[in-house]
Amino acid sequence: MSNTQNEQVNTNPSFEENYIDENVSVQTNKTKEFIKKFMKRKTAVVAFAIMCFLLLIAVVGPSIAPYPADAYDYDNILAGPSARHWFGTDQFGRDIFSRILAGAPLTLGVSLSSVIVGAALGTVLGLLAGYYGGWLEMLVMRGADVLFSFPDILLAIAIVALLGPGIINVFIAVAVFTVPSFARIMRSATLTVKNSLYVEVARSLGCKDGRILFVHIFPGTLQSLIVNFTMRIGSAIMAASSLSFLGFGANVTDPEWGAMLSQSRSYLNTAPHMVYLPGLVIFITVLAFNLFGDGLRDTLDPKIK
Amino acid sequence: MPQEVLLSVKDLRTEFFSSKTSSVTAIHNITFDIYKGEILGLVGESGCGKSVTSLSIMQLLKDTPGKVTNGSAVLDGVDLVKADDAQIRDIRGGKMSMIFQEPMSALNPSMRIDKQMVETICLHRDMTKEQALAHAADMLKKVGIPDPPRVLKNYPHQLSGGMSQRVMIAMALSNDPKLLIADEPTTALDVTIQAQILDLMKKIQKEENSSILLITHDLGVVAEMCTRVIVMYAGKIVEEAPVETLFANPSHPYTQGLIASVPKLGSGVKVLPSIPGSVPDLSSMPTGCRFAPRCKYATDKCREKEPELVNIGENQKCRCWLKQEG
Amino acid sequence: MEKNKLLSLKNVSKTFPVGKTLLGKPTKFVHAVNNVSFDVYEGETFSIVGESGCGKSTTGRLINHLLIPDSGEVWFQGKEISKISQDEMRPLRKDMQMIFQDPAGSLNPRMRVSELIEEPLLIHTDLDKEGRMKIVNELLGIVGLSAKHAQRFPHEFSGGQKQRIGIARALTVNPKLVIADEPISALDVSIQAQVLNLLHRLQETYKLTYVFISHDLSVVEMISDRIAVMYLGFVVETAPKDMLYKGPLHPYTKALLSAVPIPDPTLHKERIILEGDIPSTINLPKGCPFAARCNHCRPECLEKRPEPKEVEPGHVVACHLY
Repeated sequence: MSNTQNEQVNTNPSFEENYIDENVSVQTNKTKEFIKKFMKRKTAVVAFAIMCFLLLIAVVGPSIAPYPADAYDYDNILAGPSARHWFGTDQFGRDIFSRILAGAPLTLGVSLSSVIVGAALGTVLGLLAGYYGGWLEMLVMRGADVLFSFPDILLAIAIVALLGPGIINVFIAVAVFTVPSFARIMRSATLTVKNSLYVEVARSLGCKDGRILFVHIFPGTLQSLIVNFTMRIGSAIMAASSLSFLGFGANVTDPEWGAMLSQSRSYLNTAPHMVYLPGLVIFITVLAFNLFGDGLRDTLDPKIK
Repeated sequence: MPQEVLLSVKDLRTEFFSSKTSSVTAIHNITFDIYKGEILGLVGESGCGKSVTSLSIMQLLKDTPGKVTNGSAVLDGVDLVKADDAQIRDIRGGKMSMIFQEPMSALNPSMRIDKQMVETICLHRDMTKEQALAHAADMLKKVGIPDPPRVLKNYPHQLSGGMSQRVMIAMALSNDPKLLIADEPTTALDVTIQAQILDLMKKIQKEENSSILLITHDLGVVAEMCTRVIVMYAGKIVEEAPVETLFANPSHPYTQGLIASVPKLGSGVKVLPSIPGSVPDLSSMPTGCRFAPRCKYATDKCREKEPELVNIGENQKCRCWLKQEG
Repeated sequence: MEKNKLLSLKNVSKTFPVGKTLLGKPTKFVHAVNNVSFDVYEGETFSIVGESGCGKSTTGRLINHLLIPDSGEVWFQGKEISKISQDEMRPLRKDMQMIFQDPAGSLNPRMRVSELIEEPLLIHTDLDKEGRMKIVNELLGIVGLSAKHAQRFPHEFSGGQKQRIGIARALTVNPKLVIADEPISALDVSIQAQVLNLLHRLQETYKLTYVFISHDLSVVEMISDRIAVMYLGFVVETAPKDMLYKGPLHPYTKALLSAVPIPDPTLHKERIILEGDIPSTINLPKGCPFAARCNHCRPECLEKRPEPKEVEPGHVVACHLY
């Protein structure tokens, strides 16, 4: 039986021609795998939770604060943490906890929006510089070098000094000092992807520059973009707070976290909680964004298990 | 004819662990012997487990998720699977050495050739630095390098592909190994350079009467070099035969397909018979015979139950229901 | 002969700068392709063989306008294309597609198979989504893949399957010329035969012209009508297949042919083992490029570069022996 069957198949030359190869590996769900891998990084998960909590605070914070941000309680001036005032009060008897909640949208909002604007600008410059090269690349990269040669905060101070104080100017300053880091990272990511074979293939198929740049190159650089983005938020919060601390940023009466620190400086001996608690909040926020960024980078790196 | 066994591999099984509990089996209880003075070819396509076999024998799986979970590999009375690190270090580079596909990446790029060679020699031989250096120069001469003193002073990146493969071979041979494992030694080289290297390996094997385990996907190289051949498919041995028998009378449909699908110079054909489909993934092996989904002779029996590797003639073994009764 | 010339290269040369001085001026040049000339006729398979670094892939890219020659002319369908702009080249790309060596690298890992295959249609036709998908599904079937996998990503396919996807993509716009740059050398043995057979079948169905670039002489013998052998950026011998394999003239071609391992243990042929390595293309030898490794080297070979000579109809060789 088997022998006759063999011969039948053997003389059938179309066994190969009609063979449809369906031996494709199991469909993998990239999102699911990504989440699974990310969940293994405990610190990053905790950081992510804190980050979400902080962003939630920024949205609902002001409305759930126990006191208005500028409500004076003259009976409790410079009071330490208590059941009534969880984080204590400042020199005017204002509730620090409420002020931190009320300041969250301001501090986080300025940092986030300035990083978004800076990142967008830096990304476009980096993409174009990496793709076209030549004088454009030269110009962008030398510009980035110049901006990089200032320490971050000094550059921001210089810009604010030029533009004058104010929260909008802090926003501009932080955005400007974010640009070069994105320009650099995007340029190198673009160069890597640009030299990959599939981009050469796209060129041989006749794709126009715009299509090559946005359909083929940009999605390949997205990973480095996202990772750098989360990392830069931390430093943007630092910079925005520092500028306000130095008196360049938000109005001193505003509940901006840096401004609050600046106000409390003179009471360091008498009411240390005024310094420690807002400081701690800034510290935790920056740490959370940075740890989340680290975790994200490791998760996206295929070489790290 | 009674031949002396040099290396005896028995029921060797290597698994790759993705976590503590889940693993894929790269090689499945494979058993074979290498005799003294022979060149044994290990043939198969990527993913068939031929390289894993060599790494398992050499105990080079330490830094990978792979682990030998069963079986033994006995070289000169020492079971390499059970041997401790010190024993292995002593054997590796001494009695048994290896050459790799990428000569460039197997050499340390930041070390001059003389230092690398002297180090290997002094580890296994009782020689002074000067003696070792002289021996290294001798070895380079033996592998056909025209100007050994100059090459010894070079860094690996200053050498061409063919030249660095020669250096690798000289290094592997410097301690008179009884067994040389060559994993795709000429795959990265050009045809004319490949011809040089194969010529050299054959010459040295004859002179030293050593044994070579030659791992390759190239049937042309096998036909030219080997005395005996093992064909692997999806982690298992499917056929074992002397080289003439294998090419004249291949018994397993996979071997038949493989030999038929290689274009032969001067044959004048325009279309080749080929094996349809692709090699199954290690994690989703078909039940029954692993080759059944691609086999034009496959019957229901093949798809249900896996055949064993059995003797089907003098020195020829095959894993196929068609060659077995019952 | 009444065959139509589809492609023609005339004295094409290409160099790449290496090393730079402080002012950014290149100090040395790699002479990748030197004075290469050949014609490719409609419907034939013209192969370029040679070892690594011989300039065969560069030649493929020069034809495809991915690289611009330093000098010389490239004629395609009666038009000189080496000096035209990318915009002028775009409509011509519809007739000239390319298949690459590395099937994994040539597919954008973030695009689905259907998106990959339809891309040439997006660029070169006005078809709507439905029309494009119809062609995509049809082509998947032609190259032996299942249309139900059209929404999968490349990494879920094996090497041979990826190459089939690449071939399907090249065929969407009905090209006349397909440049195949080592299309099977990254594939497993059993898969190589599959892809070769597929290429052969497609050529017959669609009347394709192939420029087939390969290092493997046994494969080239199967698929080609005419062959050019390259060494160090020079074409050393051009001939129809039978002439080249039965009566190779250039010493390099002879050595190359004798070095190919034959999968037949009963055959023991005399082998010409070449001395030494392939020299670098940075400092080209003054005379014959092959002189340093040649067994027949004469004084004039070191002094004068041999010109291509037609020794019998269609058989051109660049060697002082003839």
